[in-house]
Amino acid sequence: MKNEGKSAQRPDNTAFTQQRLPAWQPILSAGIVIPGFLIIGLAFIGIGIGLFLTSQTIQVQEMDYTGVEKDSPCFRCTIPSNLNCTCEVTFSLSTLFTGPVFFYYGLSNYYQNFRRYGVSKDYNQLTGDTRYFKSRSPEEDCSPYSYDSNNNPIVPCGAIANSIFNDTFELYQIINGTKKQVPLDGRGISWWTDYNIKYRNPSPVNGSLAKAFDGTVKPINWPRPAYELDLTDPNNNGFLNQDFLVWMRRAALPQFRKLYRRITDGDYAAGLPAGNYSLTVHYNYPVLSFDGRKKVVFSNVSWMGGKNNFLGLAYLVVGSLCVVMSVVMLVVYAKFKFSDDDDA
Amino acid sequence: TKLNFSSALEEERHVRANDRDYNERFSYADNRIKTAKYNVFTFLPINLFEQFQRFANAYFLVLLILQLIPEISSLSWFTTIVPLVLVLAITAVKDATDDYFRHKSDQQVNTRQSQVLIKGKLQNEKWMNVRVGDIIKLENNQFVAADLLLLSSSEPYGLCYIETAELDGETNLKVRQALTVTSDLGDDVAKLADFSGEVICEPPNNKLDKFTGTLCWKDNKYSLDNEKMLLRGCVLRNTEWCFGLVIFAGLQTKLMQNCGRTKFKRTSIDKLMNTLVLWIFGFLICMGIILAIGNTIWEQKVGSDFWEYLQWKELTINAVFSGFLTFWSYIIILNTVVPISLYVSVEVLRLGHSYFINWDRRMYYSRKATPAEARTTTLNEELGQVEFIFSDKTGTLTQNIMVFNKCSINGKTYGDVYDEFGHKVDITEKTPCVDFSFNPLMDRKFRFHDSSLVEAIKLEEPLVQEFFRLLALCHTIMPEERNEGELVYQAQSPDEGALVTAARNFGFVFRSRTPETITLYEMGQAVTYQLLAILDFNNVRKRMSVIVRNPKGQLKLYSKGADTILFDRLDPSNEELMFTTSEHLNEFAGEGLRTLALAYKDLDEDVFDEWMKKLLFASTALDNREEKLGALYEEIEQGMLLLGATAIEDKLQEGVPETIACLTLANIKIWVLTGDKLETAMNIGYSCNMLRDDMNTVFIISGHTMLEVQQELSKDKFSSGLDMEKTELYSSDSVFEETIIAEYALIINGHSLAHALEADLEQILVDVACLCKTVICCRVTPLQKALVVELIKRHKRAVTLAIGDGANDVSMIKTAHIGVGISGQEGMQAVLASDYSFAQFRYLQRLLLVHGRWSYHRMCNFLCYFFYKNFAFTLVHFWYGFLCGFSAQTVYDQWFITLFNIVYTSLPVLAMGLFDQDVNEQYSLRFPNLYRPGQLNQLFNKRKFFTCTLQGVCTSFILFFIPYGAFMTAVRDDGAHISDQQTFAVTIATSLVIVVSVQIGLDTNYWTAVNHFFIWGSLAVYFAILFAMHSDGIFTIFPNQFPFIGTARNSLNQKIVWLVILLTTVVCIMPMVAVRFIKADLYPTQTDKVRLLQQATRKQGPQEQNLRRVRRTSSRRSAYAFAHQQGYGELITSGKNMKVPTSSTSTYPLYSPTRGLTGTSSASICKCFRHQKH
Repeated sequence: MKNEGKSAQRPDNTAFTQQRLPAWQPILSAGIVIPGFLIIGLAFIGIGIGLFLTSQTIQVQEMDYTGVEKDSPCFRCTIPSNLNCTCEVTFSLSTLFTGPVFFYYGLSNYYQNFRRYGVSKDYNQLTGDTRYFKSRSPEEDCSPYSYDSNNNPIVPCGAIANSIFNDTFELYQIINGTKKQVPLDGRGISWWTDYNIKYRNPSPVNGSLAKAFDGTVKPINWPRPAYELDLTDPNNNGFLNQDFLVWMRRAALPQFRKLYRRITDGDYAAGLPAGNYSLTVHYNYPVLSFDGRKKVVFSNVSWMGGKNNFLGLAYLVVGSLCVVMSVVMLVVYAKFKFSDDDDA
Repeated sequence: TKLNFSSALEEERHVRANDRDYNERFSYADNRIKTAKYNVFTFLPINLFEQFQRFANAYFLVLLILQLIPEISSLSWFTTIVPLVLVLAITAVKDATDDYFRHKSDQQVNTRQSQVLIKGKLQNEKWMNVRVGDIIKLENNQFVAADLLLLSSSEPYGLCYIETAELDGETNLKVRQALTVTSDLGDDVAKLADFSGEVICEPPNNKLDKFTGTLCWKDNKYSLDNEKMLLRGCVLRNTEWCFGLVIFAGLQTKLMQNCGRTKFKRTSIDKLMNTLVLWIFGFLICMGIILAIGNTIWEQKVGSDFWEYLQWKELTINAVFSGFLTFWSYIIILNTVVPISLYVSVEVLRLGHSYFINWDRRMYYSRKATPAEARTTTLNEELGQVEFIFSDKTGTLTQNIMVFNKCSINGKTYGDVYDEFGHKVDITEKTPCVDFSFNPLMDRKFRFHDSSLVEAIKLEEPLVQEFFRLLALCHTIMPEERNEGELVYQAQSPDEGALVTAARNFGFVFRSRTPETITLYEMGQAVTYQLLAILDFNNVRKRMSVIVRNPKGQLKLYSKGADTILFDRLDPSNEELMFTTSEHLNEFAGEGLRTLALAYKDLDEDVFDEWMKKLLFASTALDNREEKLGALYEEIEQGMLLLGATAIEDKLQEGVPETIACLTLANIKIWVLTGDKLETAMNIGYSCNMLRDDMNTVFIISGHTMLEVQQELSKDKFSSGLDMEKTELYSSDSVFEETIIAEYALIINGHSLAHALEADLEQILVDVACLCKTVICCRVTPLQKALVVELIKRHKRAVTLAIGDGANDVSMIKTAHIGVGISGQEGMQAVLASDYSFAQFRYLQRLLLVHGRWSYHRMCNFLCYFFYKNFAFTLVHFWYGFLCGFSAQTVYDQWFITLFNIVYTSLPVLAMGLFDQDVNEQYSLRFPNLYRPGQLNQLFNKRKFFTCTLQGVCTSFILFFIPYGAFMTAVRDDGAHISDQQTFAVTIATSLVIVVSVQIGLDTNYWTAVNHFFIWGSLAVYFAILFAMHSDGIFTIFPNQFPFIGTARNSLNQKIVWLVILLTTVVCIMPMVAVRFIKADLYPTQTDKVRLLQQATRKQGPQEQNLRRVRRTSSRRSAYAFAHQQGYGELITSGKNMKVPTSSTSTYPLYSPTRGLTGTSSASICKCFRHQKH
């Protein structure tokens, strides 16, 4: 029979080749869209209210200490010649500032997200690989913060490290005119992955971290080399200094805040009681040249993180719009349906 | 000088037989053909070179180079090279596969065997080793290996028969004849080896029907023409062997010269896509400039003050230079707005759609085992936009099978079947056929349903017998009897074949002929008639006659021809019969049958002798021979007696009227372009339901001069009020276009068309033709077919489709946007030139309404989504530019940029583009007006492009600014900061992937398992890759490449991040859903309605659908049908094509049985004929 030859030519009868694959064919019908909008709208309003109310419960104490205004306490520190300047910012809390309280410093008009700035580091070096202390990979990324004028390699190299925020703060509660220092906890303020994986100190040479940095020089702006960043805690030095890690995690936007300390210990574990406080600022970090601002922020957090009115409001607005849309669509649908019936 | 000659353009070809040394001096091409483009070594460089000629690829190469410049490199090199290499690799693999198959087919052709005469011996050689100047031997049914000069053949007079189907698609045999001097060489190998003639001829060219040259041999010159050439691609038929001298070989053969690069067809979407890519490119440059200006300003106002922390060498130069560098940096990071994978994805889609066409069982014709084939994979979506179909008639609409359907003999019709109540019964497949088993020589394929005719034959009614005797005698068919009783008729026109076959089945079997005799088997008895004269057919006479002497010695003239012609030449006594027959003819014609009238006449011996003498005299006349012969024919064809009439059905292909009706409902205009005559064409028009009696007017334009044609056209235009309707049509809403206005049809003749196609008239022609429901052009040449297509292409900007089966359709198939060939026929030319091929006209409906519509729909949705996706993805960088000092900082991780287009989002949209069905096939066919959006180009145009890019821009805006707002002050729930660059990147990237996945979900109408797999899979793969790339392990290996370590963990465990993602997704998607819903509610398209209906019926369960029935009612007067050419008469009577040699060589057995024939009795007449022919 010829059938064999014929059937060889004949296309296979499968659902795939005949485009008859079983399929779900959803349609944006009124029965789905209108209730869908309504449900999403209501859910969003719910979330929005939740977010907004939560956000309202979060306490925030924010203080700009840049010292632009003449009457501000830090004005005198803005004069460049005034080195090691200290100023004092006072504030008072009328109610208990519920703990744990987080202490942030904030910068604005500061472009940590500038591309050139961002690439100016050497990840190999920061993993503690001493091969990259003397050389760089890629070579040009860190420049011009790669070598000092004597052509000594800078470690850690690059603009980010060089520009580390170096104002320091001490917080005092003023009780009956006496200052009681509030203990600030600087442990664990960086990401766990940064501290444990991404950044590594070079292996100490003869038990000394400093020796591992032999042959390198500190970044130009730094007062002390990397291995002496924290003189109080020998474990908080080198690339694993918490403040360094926080700084190295570049902010996405030109206005940002970074965690400085936690207030979790001692008398202040439950929060900052109502009263007067004084913040001593060791003013080192110049920002006025580029119209920057510096501030400190005290805040507590909720399940949703810090205070964030935007998100709550956005949810409320979007939820309301969805509900409105569902009504509009219902009206349109009803009208269309009637007119359609007329046709029929 | 010889060397110079060979290197210069060849002006003249010198070929010396059996002299390879001589011929090699000219370095002619050898017989190896090479259609493949590459070999193993050249593949990479050539293919890469070709690929980089494409704009998109070149663009990305330039980008890659830019990225290597450190000053402006804002992205790592791998973000571009990975997609680029992938795209290049996919294309290269495709090219390599194509080329591999070309290599294989080349190899197969090159290694075919042929017998070559080398050193006095016939040797088997591969085709590729055949050289110009070789003498090769061909045997029956072999392909001709190269362009040969025929030297000698097994047949007398050096004749040989070839079939040229592969060359020109014509399936009838053609005769070639060798020069007498060379045919005397016979098959004597020694003589042939000594043959040393030199041929001087034209250089290689592509003219299939022309050849000029001279053969110089033994100091004589013989002129050569095309009649002596066997061209490569032909097949030797009915000829045992022949010898030929190779003149052109390999790539220089006429066949290969004709396979010139076909013009690359591109779809309108292709062109639009190129424009859009250029626009996008312009847009990209604009964005670059805006950001560069921004950078300059920023550097001046802000950046220079930021000096404290950002000390850059460039900055010290000036801000403008920094802006310049920023421009290039932004060109690099915004490059993804030009979709790199667009072209390759589009090709993959088209390939997929082509496979679906190839796989479609409903376009598979089981009787000929021919599946549909998409021969071009670049035109699929245009199938969904066709507005004009230009169809050939013969072999496309009709089967080119003529069936003897009815007849009228002596005033009585036969052929209809009546039931017991005397009602006419429709003839179907099941109607019982007449049993012809009494006749051992019958043709089994013949069907006839009316048994009364057989009864009449069996009753030996003399007029019925005479009727079939006439049919068996009066024709120019050559019989071939391979085995006893296995008769095959070689007919010049299928009509004749049908008539003689009918006679054969009714017991008057035409069995053999010699130049002087015709042998019939009349009811089993061999009867030999002496053939005295053939009064051949031509277009003026529209009839043919034979004069025979029957065994009883009576002289008879049998004539068949157009009724109008024949009725004028009847004996007056026949008048009554003439009227009856005329009525029958009307009846037949009304059914769309082709009719012929038959008449005979008894001749007086004296009168005939007298006439014969005059004929001999006239046939030797030097001037006006044709006219003199015509007058003589006229003289004797008078006073004939009417026998009856035949009705032949020009069988339509299956389902043609239904298909045409359906395509018409889809608002596709169908024009029939045929080489047939006006009457035949109109006949088919009626039987296809393209012409109907209820049409207001059928305009027939057949003017012979420009002026006449112009008058006819304008008359039609104005007097019929077409003009008025035209304005109405323009003013009326498109909604009302569907309402049927007055229907007109236009039929235009070839010679009128020639005038109408001239520049002055073509506009009128287009206007008039487009207002007519039906346009039929008849008697058009292949070139005119192409011109008509070209005309519409030029004036209407509509997508045209040409469908045909023969070589004469090739030009129109190549000209139209889409060419469709009917395959399964013997000729391959049309199929080879076509873009799509299938076996039956009716599959066109499926190709357009199902495959075309789907392809168009899928491609448009695909493109919309693709542009949307890339804009949404890329423009985030633009917004970020305003917040990062225009520093060309990317928002995303570099790996995300690398993988977004090729991994995270490519497969779902491909699955949508391959499988999506807005409406299933049944509904696509049931509602042909669903085809309308494609014709109006509604699903993807510049407006759509703007909408979807605008949607992309909005999405990118939302994608950026919602996280921006949320992250301004955000911290984690453990108090640590979160608004760092990496978390921001991950949040936006995740939102983006989710948003575009939801969007593709919305765009997908048909969720197959594959769609589910790809969409969910893409999301899963995104998260898998995200976590893998942010994992500890990969960082410890490549710390510099994967700086995002831990970001995924640290950000995606935050509720706030998910709340941002959720908000972003909803804000991006909901407006789109609302707009779609309201749009579908307020202004539902046909598609929306059908989809609702489809869903409703699906819920109710399947229902039986009534098939549309097309009823055909017509009362048209039909006419005569015959071949357009002069008949074979001369060849028959000269005996040239007979295998019965008159002379000595008795080695060949007498071809036809000569029982009942006394060889001597015909001698005198034979002589007469000889004289006559000389």
